[in-house]
Amino acid sequence: MSGGVDSSVAAALLVGQGYEVIGVTMKLWRGEDDPFAAHRFGGCCTVGATEDARRVADQLNIPYYVLNMQEEFNAAVVDNFVAEYASGRTPNPCARCNEFIKFAAFLERANELGCDLIATGHYAQCQWDGQRYHLRRGLDHKKDQSYVLGMLGQAELARSLFPIGHLEKSETRRLAGNLGFCVAAKPDSQEICFVEDGDYARFVIERAPELAVTGPILDADGNKLGEHQGLAHYTVGQRKGLGIAAPQPLFVTRIDTAQNALVVGPREALGRAGLAAERTKWTYQPPQVGEAVLAQTRAHARGLPATMGAVSADAFEIRFVEPQAGVSPGQMCVLYQEDEVIGAGTIK
Amino acid sequence: MPGEIQNRTQVYLDNAATTPLCAAAQAAMEPYLVGTFGNASSPYAVSRNARAAVDRARGQVAALIGAQPDEIVFTSGGTESDNWALLGTALANWERRGHILVSAVEHHAILEPAETLRDLGFEVESIGVDENGQVAPEAIEHLLRPNTILVSVMAVNNEVGVCQPVAEIGALLRERGITFHTDAVQAAGKLSVSVNELNVDLLSLSAHKFQGPKGVGALFIRRGVKMRAWQRGGAQERGRRAGTENVPGIVGMGVAAEIAHRNLSQNQTYLNSLRERLEQGLKSLPGACINGSSAPRAPHITNVSLAGQRAESLALNLDLMGFAVGTGSACASGALEPSHVLTAMGRSQSAARASLRVSLGVQNTVSDIDNFLDAVKQVLQRN
Repeated sequence: MSGGVDSSVAAALLVGQGYEVIGVTMKLWRGEDDPFAAHRFGGCCTVGATEDARRVADQLNIPYYVLNMQEEFNAAVVDNFVAEYASGRTPNPCARCNEFIKFAAFLERANELGCDLIATGHYAQCQWDGQRYHLRRGLDHKKDQSYVLGMLGQAELARSLFPIGHLEKSETRRLAGNLGFCVAAKPDSQEICFVEDGDYARFVIERAPELAVTGPILDADGNKLGEHQGLAHYTVGQRKGLGIAAPQPLFVTRIDTAQNALVVGPREALGRAGLAAERTKWTYQPPQVGEAVLAQTRAHARGLPATMGAVSADAFEIRFVEPQAGVSPGQMCVLYQEDEVIGAGTIK
Repeated sequence: MPGEIQNRTQVYLDNAATTPLCAAAQAAMEPYLVGTFGNASSPYAVSRNARAAVDRARGQVAALIGAQPDEIVFTSGGTESDNWALLGTALANWERRGHILVSAVEHHAILEPAETLRDLGFEVESIGVDENGQVAPEAIEHLLRPNTILVSVMAVNNEVGVCQPVAEIGALLRERGITFHTDAVQAAGKLSVSVNELNVDLLSLSAHKFQGPKGVGALFIRRGVKMRAWQRGGAQERGRRAGTENVPGIVGMGVAAEIAHRNLSQNQTYLNSLRERLEQGLKSLPGACINGSSAPRAPHITNVSLAGQRAESLALNLDLMGFAVGTGSACASGALEPSHVLTAMGRSQSAARASLRVSLGVQNTVSDIDNFLDAVKQVLQRN
């Protein structure tokens, strides 16, 4: 229970369905030390968020606990976030948190409390067909969060409930209002929870100062076009903030941390015919080579038509039907067939 | 129990956190909530009666610690008393700033204002403890400087129950004219506390730790000690602490203090026997170690490490079964932090995370202890 509307309604629905529910907020991030600082009042892991969650739990008359999981979160998510930036990649901390914290460390805590299942307020659907679990996009495609759950396998799905996955967001809010929850009108969380002011570059530079060092901006042939302000300020596909006058718009095509160089090119240079993924998890079984899939390469995007190339237990390759921009190393590539997740991996 | 989630507490074993209000204190408070509601500083009858009740309570609290009544100043609780002891002494020594010693195992109500004083330019230093959590008087002697203005060492530690050699420390500070404060929040009502035997100048008390009401405490300030008011804006408490007196709270504290004083030795014997039973049971558990057990301890606190267990989960399971126990201090959000007391005693982070505080009160019974031990065994067997 993050103190937001989704997990609050998820808890209420489970209570209504007759489950014995324990509400838990994971304290993942220490955050701002100054108790008077403005951003102590919003966002996840703040005192305000746990107060909201506690109020909802009181209303539902369920036990409620705050579990301290800062060490696990730091090691699995925050350190990785910085390390990925430092190697020129674009991490997805939410997917990482689901894989290592919510559906691993938190599941372990649930086991210790004798719980049979864990539930979250994700917009995703999990169904059992008598033989195996199917993970599908949330009914509300605008809010769908199956992308960040791509690394869940049968073992995790067997222990998980997504009570609001079949709802439209507007319906969730309506239910929260009917239940009299104080959080009914609370805005959706947007940014990465541990970067409280949304300034990723500042956050990364504090922990990896080398990413603030200026260096060359190069074209594909190695010609110097300008000077970058430190690699922490750029991601692949970025157009703004390069400060180069050129006849056609330029985009970041590659981040070369070894040379501290930013490689740029025209829009066409972003096009990828396919991609290779590592650290792969198959929801049930790997697909066949040549099988048609939809590949989603970033959160809040659509699945792109593609064909399976090489497939193994822990890696895969795909070819897009048409070349695609928006493929960033470090992001997740989640594979779907129709609206069902079949597997996921990290883009190389 | 799995399948039977409790949303209420049946056996309360966290008496170091707070205790239930005793019936006599509750009865004594009631007239001052409604009938005798007067402001104790006003001249008319309803206020004179309130004032008389505050003075009676002052005598009762003074008797508990062997002080003169005019050396007792009522506060809003132990935290205010601790904060004021440090900040008030610092204000009184503002020009020279100076050196302040606090033990590493103090409550955060001492450690955090000490940090504030460091920010304000005082030389604040921590006194280390041994593996039992005790401060050595010689260690303090060693750390003293010519400009040392204040030393604060608690009487009984709130997490492990270990007693500090307060009287010896007080004796060596008295010779040197250095102000000595002790946080006696966990000692009062559990051990015999005498400000003269302990050689202290300042001593903090909290009513709700000895079956008084919450929101009221006291600071003993020895006559003539160098102190300044912190909370100002009225002549209450002889100008030492401004603000309309919490008359019902103070009355409740007085009665609770009198009862705790009267029943001291009988309660000690009872709590000791309960704790002996508790610790015998705990020691039979795999990997159990009673923290601080080789040092003298107050009779109501047991801190046990259970190797390989996550105390947070254990405590939450016990809560779900209706048992209330402590696992160290919580941060603002309610998440539990590893204990600074156990780490100061040289225990590893993992031992600190595996430790549970069980603290007893006079309302606890032998069957509370036996039921608790059964519950712990059930949880350990299940996981």
